[in-house]
Amino acid sequence: MVGIIGYGAYIPRYRIKVEEIAKVWGADAPAYKKGLMLEEKSVPYLDQDTITISVEASKNALKRAGIDPKEIGAVYVGSESHPYAVKPTGTVVAEALGSTPEIRCADFEFACKAGTEAMHVCYGLVKSGEIKYGLAVGADTSQGAPGDALEYSASAGAAAFIFGKENIIAEVEASYSFMTDTPDFWRREYQHYPQHGGRFTGEQAYFKHIIGAARSIMKETGTKPEDFSYVIFHQPNGKFPLKVGKMLGFSREQIEPGLLVPKIGNTYSGSSPLGLTATFDIAKPGDRILIVSFGSGAGSDAFIFKVTEKIKGVQDKAPKTREMIEGRKFYLDYGTYAKFRGKILKA
Amino acid sequence: MREVAIIGIGMNKWGELWDKSLREIFVEAALLAIDDAGIDKIDSMYIGSMSSGLFTDQEHIASLLADYLGLASIPSTRVESACASGGLALRQAFIDVASGMSDVVLVGGVEKMTDVTTGGATFALSTAADQEYECYHGVTFPGLYALIARAHMHKYGTTREQLAMVAVKNHKNGAKNPLAQYPFEITIEDVLKSTLVADPLRLLDCSPITDGAAAVILCSVELAKEFKKDPIIKIIGSGHATDYIALHSREDITWLSATEKAAKRAYKMANKTPKDIDFAEVHDCFTIAEICVTEALGFFEKGMGGEAVEKRLTDLDGRIPINPSGGLKSKGHPVGATGIAQVIEVVKQFREEAGERQVKNARIALTQNMGGTGGSTLVHIFEKI
Amino acid sequence: MITPQRYWREIPQRYRLEAGKCKKCGYISFPPRLICPHCKNREFDIIRLKDEGKIVSFTIIRVPPEQFSDQSPYAIGIIELNEGVKILAQIIDCNFEDLAINKKVKIEFRKIRSEGEAGIICYGYKAVLLD
Repeated sequence: MVGIIGYGAYIPRYRIKVEEIAKVWGADAPAYKKGLMLEEKSVPYLDQDTITISVEASKNALKRAGIDPKEIGAVYVGSESHPYAVKPTGTVVAEALGSTPEIRCADFEFACKAGTEAMHVCYGLVKSGEIKYGLAVGADTSQGAPGDALEYSASAGAAAFIFGKENIIAEVEASYSFMTDTPDFWRREYQHYPQHGGRFTGEQAYFKHIIGAARSIMKETGTKPEDFSYVIFHQPNGKFPLKVGKMLGFSREQIEPGLLVPKIGNTYSGSSPLGLTATFDIAKPGDRILIVSFGSGAGSDAFIFKVTEKIKGVQDKAPKTREMIEGRKFYLDYGTYAKFRGKILKA
Repeated sequence: MREVAIIGIGMNKWGELWDKSLREIFVEAALLAIDDAGIDKIDSMYIGSMSSGLFTDQEHIASLLADYLGLASIPSTRVESACASGGLALRQAFIDVASGMSDVVLVGGVEKMTDVTTGGATFALSTAADQEYECYHGVTFPGLYALIARAHMHKYGTTREQLAMVAVKNHKNGAKNPLAQYPFEITIEDVLKSTLVADPLRLLDCSPITDGAAAVILCSVELAKEFKKDPIIKIIGSGHATDYIALHSREDITWLSATEKAAKRAYKMANKTPKDIDFAEVHDCFTIAEICVTEALGFFEKGMGGEAVEKRLTDLDGRIPINPSGGLKSKGHPVGATGIAQVIEVVKQFREEAGERQVKNARIALTQNMGGTGGSTLVHIFEKI
Repeated sequence: MITPQRYWREIPQRYRLEAGKCKKCGYISFPPRLICPHCKNREFDIIRLKDEGKIVSFTIIRVPPEQFSDQSPYAIGIIELNEGVKILAQIIDCNFEDLAINKKVKIEFRKIRSEGEAGIICYGYKAVLLD
């Protein structure tokens, strides 16, 4: 048996509302809110980046796992906003936890599914017996170009998972990946903001890959939507996960606990992983959970987890995801937001 | 140990001395001191300077200044202890004469702070704090003293107005000092309305960036009598102490323990108590510093320094005048020179040459000079005989 | 300017709050030292300080050093951690009005500064007010 032994989340405390962004660009806020099912998004402070939020999420995962950090054999951070172009995020995370020097590390990149790919690799290394524990992180502090639709949703957040073979809180029942070369959303080197294919990013990208991955993993395991207590999909906005869920035959009740985007925006590599941590926070022993991520470029990773008795003992050991969403937060005006995000700089 | 006297003083007007280099500023003050002493031979010299390197890219000023003073060949020592460099240089010079190693010693202090930008000067000053555990996090000197101020206000009820009164008093004194950088009066309102630098400290709570030098000549009391110096001004006590460099490492961040210890050592050597002191020149790099120093020197009970200023006990005509020269606030603070300028004020007062700043019947005085947030402190006691 | 080597050397302290506990008298030194200032003993255990404490004093830096100019104004405090050790750190994610002596804080891992556009990014500890 291999599975998750500890999980952790981290969401910055600053927020900006859709209305505040719409006001600056003269956009129709109510239409955006309704169309995207999005109210506000998280904003990293000047001193936060993918490295800092990955460290905090990983510390929370370690608190729940209750293991000696030196026994973690691999750390993989998936992100599309790694602070360095060359020098891994993972080395800082490993050093901050106290896991160095006997540990494998590299950074992962695959748009919003970089974190779940990291989970695949950790799962594989633990399952094969190569390492005792593996840490997989999905984290981003992504940017949307000013005035672009993505500016309303591109936000910041991190989720971390430690895989192992003992004291499992959620067993991996199956894992799967569905991937094609589809240029729906990309960013060239040295470009500050990404570009995307507009409506092309829907059917041929998001929906095709999520549906592909979900149907295949359910076929392989002989499961149906009713067999699941919860399902989490990648959340670029609030509409897409509900739509794809309906298409696949899932109910709204199964999706809602893990649907965080209306309150924190799209945390990119943290998107479905944070949905998973929020779901673990409320899960009960015996719950079966399906998570299907999506990363532009394009691909979807899927995992089926079966929650064990041990979950009850760890949920309270670190801050819960919803606590970070609902807890103390600070609302920004657009100017301060632009300063935090480096869109305007002191001369 | 021989008894040591001060027989000459020299100081230029302090300020932003654009047209003078570090060497010119120092030599100017040194020559004034040499002329004032009326001597023609110097056995060794000491220079207090916090960072000629960071301010002017020049180290080895022991050699440079002996050279430019026309004294190349005599022993010359550059002394550094952040803002206490001047006071420490004085102590080294004192030991040199007292031990019998030298008969006539020149000791001066100099700092040329305007050859770098304000940012550069702030950086140079910040090297007096713990680089890795204080400065690394973005704290500044006003910030460190603001931390002391807030804690002092919380613990003892010291008020924002009491802090302002220190600046007002020192400017009132400094307005009577022709060599001061800012020889004008200010009001409490001026202080309270000045820009916030690090809450609760404002611009007018802070000493300025200054170019300047100061120098004195020391010799044995015997020699001073031979030179027919009148009055004879003796250094009767010298105390030196250090403290943890980082403010946060100390048990009580509102207590300047190095000042307390240095003072005790100086009092013991001089066989005097705080009550014997007629006036003192202390290190008011920030208004809160003066309040804390007067407590640590034993002039007032712990926590009562603010109230003492409010009660005007430290005014020129108060029970114990503090900073009759105008202090660092009004006189200026060319870092390495400050400790020596304090001594010069003592001599002027004893010679009754302080004009409108004159403290009446002063016979015993004290100077206190400290580095950083009090990581090193020098206290000297002087007597007029 | 912080060179990579100066930054890297203090990583155990900056990232993990590693301190030295005197084997003889229990004095905790952060950062670790070679000799105990209290009992002069030279042997220490390395411990990791816990990430909770309270505010001893604080200020708001409004005239920052150059490397911090785009962060100002920011709050800085002396924090006494649960073990009794005091550290200096920025206090972030708060309204300045909410700061008060004795309020409880938690330590978070944050970016401290970057050496320009092309230099290394320096990380370390900061304090957040506990709700």
